[in-house]
Amino acid sequence: MTPRILNLRAALLLGATLLASSPALAEAVLHRGNAGEPQTLDQAHTSINIEEFILKDLYEGLTVYDASGKIVPGAAETWDLSDDGLTYTFKLRADAKWSDGSPLTAEDFVFSYQRVEDPKTAAGYANILYPIKNAEKVNKGEVPPAELGVKAIDEKTLEVTLERPTPFFLELLAHQTALPVSKASVEKNGADFVKPGTMVSNGAFKLVSHVPNDNLVVEKNASYWDAANVKLDKVIFYPIDDQAASVRRFEAKEMDLVYNFSADQIDRLRGAYGDQVHVSPTLATYYYAFDTRQEPYSDVRVRQALSMAVDRDFLAKEIYSGSQIPAYSMVPSGIETYGEPSKADFGTMSQLDREDKAVALMKEAGYGEGGKPLNIEIRYNTNPNHERVATAVADMWKNTFGANVSLVNLDVSSHYAYLQEGGKFNVARAGWVADYADAENFLALSLSSNKTFNYGHYENPAFDDLMKKSYEETDPAARSKLMHEAEAMLMKDQPIAPFLTQADLWLVSGRVQGWHDNAANQHLSRFLSVSE
Amino acid sequence: MIAFVLRRLASAVPTLFIVVTISFFLMRFAPGGPFNLERPLPPATMENLVRTYQLDQPLWRQYVTYITNAVTGDFGPSYIYKDNTVAELIGKGLPYSMELGFYALLLALIGGVTMGTVAALRQNSALDFSIMSLATVGTTVPNFVVGPVLTLIFAIALSWLPAGGWGDGSLRFLILPMIALALPQLAVFARLTRGSMIEALHADHIRTARAYGLPSRVVVVTHAMRGAMLPVVSYLAPCAAALLTGSAVVETIFTIPGVGRYFVLGAINRDYTLVMGTVILIAIFVIVFNLLVDILYGLLDPRVRHD
Repeated sequence: MTPRILNLRAALLLGATLLASSPALAEAVLHRGNAGEPQTLDQAHTSINIEEFILKDLYEGLTVYDASGKIVPGAAETWDLSDDGLTYTFKLRADAKWSDGSPLTAEDFVFSYQRVEDPKTAAGYANILYPIKNAEKVNKGEVPPAELGVKAIDEKTLEVTLERPTPFFLELLAHQTALPVSKASVEKNGADFVKPGTMVSNGAFKLVSHVPNDNLVVEKNASYWDAANVKLDKVIFYPIDDQAASVRRFEAKEMDLVYNFSADQIDRLRGAYGDQVHVSPTLATYYYAFDTRQEPYSDVRVRQALSMAVDRDFLAKEIYSGSQIPAYSMVPSGIETYGEPSKADFGTMSQLDREDKAVALMKEAGYGEGGKPLNIEIRYNTNPNHERVATAVADMWKNTFGANVSLVNLDVSSHYAYLQEGGKFNVARAGWVADYADAENFLALSLSSNKTFNYGHYENPAFDDLMKKSYEETDPAARSKLMHEAEAMLMKDQPIAPFLTQADLWLVSGRVQGWHDNAANQHLSRFLSVSE
Repeated sequence: MIAFVLRRLASAVPTLFIVVTISFFLMRFAPGGPFNLERPLPPATMENLVRTYQLDQPLWRQYVTYITNAVTGDFGPSYIYKDNTVAELIGKGLPYSMELGFYALLLALIGGVTMGTVAALRQNSALDFSIMSLATVGTTVPNFVVGPVLTLIFAIALSWLPAGGWGDGSLRFLILPMIALALPQLAVFARLTRGSMIEALHADHIRTARAYGLPSRVVVVTHAMRGAMLPVVSYLAPCAAALLTGSAVVETIFTIPGVGRYFVLGAINRDYTLVMGTVILIAIFVIVFNLLVDILYGLLDPRVRHD
């Protein structure tokens, strides 16, 4: 009997202790709906933003985005740029450590960046770091990884030499591909360094467990230099790719955050949840490309007319329920270094005036009613929203020009494979989401030298020349001016017709604190907290 | 019997081989590849990836490599879920799919056979009609409707059960997906049982049994049931193979971490190895369950002999 009594006493004592200290024991857990299963947790292979959200909680690059989407120091406390704009010297934080307690060193960054560029790694976003000296050559196997322009001066000093001045380099360093890996861990564990129990990370959180398609759990990293200001004990990412399912789980109060839901739910959710529904314009453009190699799309008047006849307000309001914003420029608003983009001149006209002008232009080009027949095929990747947009656009072109419009859709892979391999088309849907917050990222798509992304094979030496000058320009204001001129030219030529600036849709439960909508769509859990 | 089983297992090898070969080449007919993404990759990156995954080799060599590796149990890396091999993905997901599928199968089988038997015994009664109407609804309403409706009622409106996820694997989490998964199969079992039971009840030996004055319960359970079960057992094989290897729809709606979604995801993303892995998995399940059912036949019907 005695042992049992003792046990009872021990249990009572334990219970009492637990009760007394329960406020301190209450864990702050954020349930984060994450719109899909991450394909990888390796910074060299990552390509999508649902991985970015996890990786940026686990790791910290030299620079980071703060809660409002602004670049601030991360693992690097300070940096200097040489006068010629070619050499950055980063000073790492003295107290920056890995989750196993070992110090984060400049050598880790050298190793990480070399690993990304090594052709054997086959990193999907290797081009993010191409501005670093020799990066492209290393990536193409022309010189060994040791030739990459990154050097550890001492344990906490990193020197990065650039190929050419790159005004947006600090933005690139905040990309998830530029997150460091622990040299010791990768050398010891190989490809398994990403697995729970093995992963060593330097961010605000560390990986605890991962059940594919169910959940991924990270907990506060006590070794993190700013751990004192991290308010969450645990973040659980739920990789729910079914948008309706994630909304249901939010409504059942199983999720605090939901990323991406169907736009046709906006009105209903606003009615039920008010300001917990967030529609945040982002750096992404939805556009149609014209095949400028072929008639009639080689005629600038035809392209302008077709673009003008598209009622973007209708697309934004009726199809996307206001979750997207009408766009008249390729570069979206919200890029600090660029300001207001150069819009197409018809942007300020009313839709009725645009249609009148479009009809006149089309007539001048000799197509449509009373001219040569206008047969247009719109290609898009299979998706209910893209289909609705294509149907609406087809209708607008039919009504305005009497055009015969047919629709062709292929799955994502086939659609983009066709365009990238130079397949001929009439009009094709495409979208671009910024890799970094700089206008160049959008304008470079239309360079004649850009064989992959310039689907319509637009060739304008004057545009190419302005862009070339912008790469050489070190003064930010002058560079911005050059890019504005280039964009104005692009919008006059309309080889691409931007329709919409996309928005990120979030459901943010009332218990989440510290949330700020931002165009860069950056939401590190370290800036968030939950109230009970 | 043992000879029969061995013979069937031996004939499974060429069957599997043909399935693998056809799927391998069919997969490559689809345009695009695993690395044609919405955001296209620069040529240098594409080259590195294609080289790393040996997709630049001639197709016949890729095929030979795949077959040689597969024989040793190496089903290759997943092109999409790059941190995992196909074997790891299936190994992690299969237990979830099988557990859920097993409960769904039990529910469908027991529920369906009971309902079908009751309907047959009360043929053309109101009970029969309501059971058969329910069965018709079960087969016609797709589970992507049943699933969300169940969630709306039991998770959101009543807050009795979770809206999704596996959680700790306790029954609460499994009830709704289990019902959504079982319902169409339950309906099939009910209809099959009802039909064959009505037939069996009119058979000569049943009439004889009744004439001997055996109690109705004994007549139905021991005599009629045995014959009536044959069509049910035939359907059991494809049904078990389908339920145990997971359903893409139910697993997506309820966010169950099973393997059901991998076939669809793999096909859309041109993850060749993942598709091949799931094809082999499903083929093995179909072969094994067909064999089990053939053995069961011999036990239920003395006319079927496996010499």
